[in-house]
Amino acid sequence: MRTIGFLIQKEFLQIFRNRSMLPIIFAVPVVQLIIIVHAATFEMKSIRLFVVDHDRSVLTREVCDKFRGSGFFRITGYSDLDRDGEQGMKQREADAIVVFPADFEKQVSMGRDARFQLIVNAINGSAGGLIHAYTQSVVQDMNHNLRKESGLISMETRPQQIDLTYTFWYNPELNYQTFMVPGILVILVTVISLLLSGMNIVKEKEIGTIEQVNVSPIRKYQFIAGKLIPTLLIALFELAFGLGVGKLLFDIPLEGNLLLVFFAAAVYSCVILGLGLLVSTMTGTQQQAMFVSFFFMIVFILMSGLFTAAENMPDWAQWLNHLNPVAYFIRIIRMVLLKGSGFTDIRPDLFALALLAVLSITLAVRRYRKTV
Amino acid sequence: MEDISIQICGIGKSWGKVRALHDIRLEIGKGELFGLIGPDGAGKTTLIRILASLLLPGSGTASVEGYDVVKDYRKIRDITAYMPGRFSLYQDLTVAENLSFFATIFGTTLKENYHLIRDIYVQLEAFSNRPAGKLSGGMKQKLALCCALIHQPQVLLLDEPTTGVDAISRAEFWEMLRRLKTQGITILVSTAYMDEAALCDRIALIQEGSILKTDIPSAIPGDYPRRLYAISAKQMYRLLKDLQQMPAVFTAYLSGQHIHFSLNPDFPEPGLIAMLLEKSGHEGIQIREVVPGIEDSFIALMKGESV
Repeated sequence: MRTIGFLIQKEFLQIFRNRSMLPIIFAVPVVQLIIIVHAATFEMKSIRLFVVDHDRSVLTREVCDKFRGSGFFRITGYSDLDRDGEQGMKQREADAIVVFPADFEKQVSMGRDARFQLIVNAINGSAGGLIHAYTQSVVQDMNHNLRKESGLISMETRPQQIDLTYTFWYNPELNYQTFMVPGILVILVTVISLLLSGMNIVKEKEIGTIEQVNVSPIRKYQFIAGKLIPTLLIALFELAFGLGVGKLLFDIPLEGNLLLVFFAAAVYSCVILGLGLLVSTMTGTQQQAMFVSFFFMIVFILMSGLFTAAENMPDWAQWLNHLNPVAYFIRIIRMVLLKGSGFTDIRPDLFALALLAVLSITLAVRRYRKTV
Repeated sequence: MEDISIQICGIGKSWGKVRALHDIRLEIGKGELFGLIGPDGAGKTTLIRILASLLLPGSGTASVEGYDVVKDYRKIRDITAYMPGRFSLYQDLTVAENLSFFATIFGTTLKENYHLIRDIYVQLEAFSNRPAGKLSGGMKQKLALCCALIHQPQVLLLDEPTTGVDAISRAEFWEMLRRLKTQGITILVSTAYMDEAALCDRIALIQEGSILKTDIPSAIPGDYPRRLYAISAKQMYRLLKDLQQMPAVFTAYLSGQHIHFSLNPDFPEPGLIAMLLEKSGHEGIQIREVVPGIEDSFIALMKGESV
């Protein structure tokens, strides 16, 4: 134990002597939280709309005002030529085009159904879908007004209606930041755990110190513990720091038991540390270790459900996600922080994480024995 | 030899098809300063790493102080010190921190064993708060030796400790080794510098994974089979080429400022050679007979002659 204690002390000495380390530990969480949380949002607040108006009537102007008034749209172009609309879309001046046919107002005034067209830039499919949905709601609103004006809806003829009332739980304001901050915290813990553990041992290989340690009576498990424990402590510190920043800057809810969050984070960090150790046994230089780590990290993070709902992924991907520690921890941290879930609620996920931790550390230690 | 410290019995090691070591047999006595002399790639490092329990031998057995390098590797790590050729201490830790780190992982303290390294450490003391990476080459070497000695090893394995170190530091380093020897430590040191061979008690010449000869340094050139001459002229490179093409010349190679050459047994006189060279346009030719050194013997051995 005394030896491990001494190894940990030496590790911290080296970490804090590294001039770039302290800024990384403190600046990375703040910058990541501020930039990503603000920038990565699916809400669309100013969809750029190009209006191609062949009708040039009072009604089309009214529809345009409705779009503007909805708060989602900004009209960035107006013309009576189809060509101009296409041009606007190509030059990235418009996200969508609405085309009013020449007899638009006439059809409405004659009491017939009138049509106009919406063309959406759907390169980003989900954004395209959202634009369609927003447009739909604007048009519905419009229809409602039209019926009222023409007196179609009077007290007597009003049809039976089923009304839906709703409340949003856990995130009543549908605040995207509340959703993102816990996820970003997971990324933080991941980056710190994976890079610090992976790089650290490879660095000892690169400068040859690992041999000096290997010829000493020190045991392998002591050496590994001396490497992993400092990283674990730093990762947990990062989480605490990130939570503090998240609370201060974004006022994210902290519903559940924070101790539970940290316990889950420790288990999760062990999985990642094991992976880092595994990477460092397979590589000879810090550069190689960096590339391999990034490969794992990007796959894990993109599949984790941080940005997109993991439940919507194809079956095979969801099955693969059973091996993805990031997915478990993101779920756990969101459940505990936002829903206030307790230990029994997260038990299956926590259990899976613990299993992965045992697996990755066992694998890494076995490989480490063979190679070094 | 009464007491054997290191015993190597038929050690071999291959990397795939490349044979790094072949049937090495050596016995090194307690308290001996033993030199492993050979060019780069001869297998010196591989042999030392096997003795340090960092590599498993492919075949054969070896023991250090009676402990098998495979079975009793834990015991070996307690009693031996290994200093790799490349500086391998923590560059970002200070001199004092490195020392106390290596003392601790060997289960001792700097205070307890300070007397072992005092002679060497006094030269470093002024820099004790400097990061190891910022020391000069000679200082690094001294620090590495201190770190190796801090746990009072019985056997010291040094892999090319003087490579890349200036001449004065090299001389100092060998002086330190001689002093350590008086404390009864067995020292195995490898080097590619032939001039260092003379400083050892005994040496083994190693080439392409095999030991060519083992003896005390002064005995090795004594058996040199031919008379050896040193020659110099204005155009050394052309001189070497011309010499190597003469049928009378047995070997010719650069050695420091001169070319060393020996003659085939049928041509006992070097005077004829000088005449021939003058005819082919060489100027300022000077020839004298020299006493063969270890390097000359080594080159002869490498050509497969029995010396």
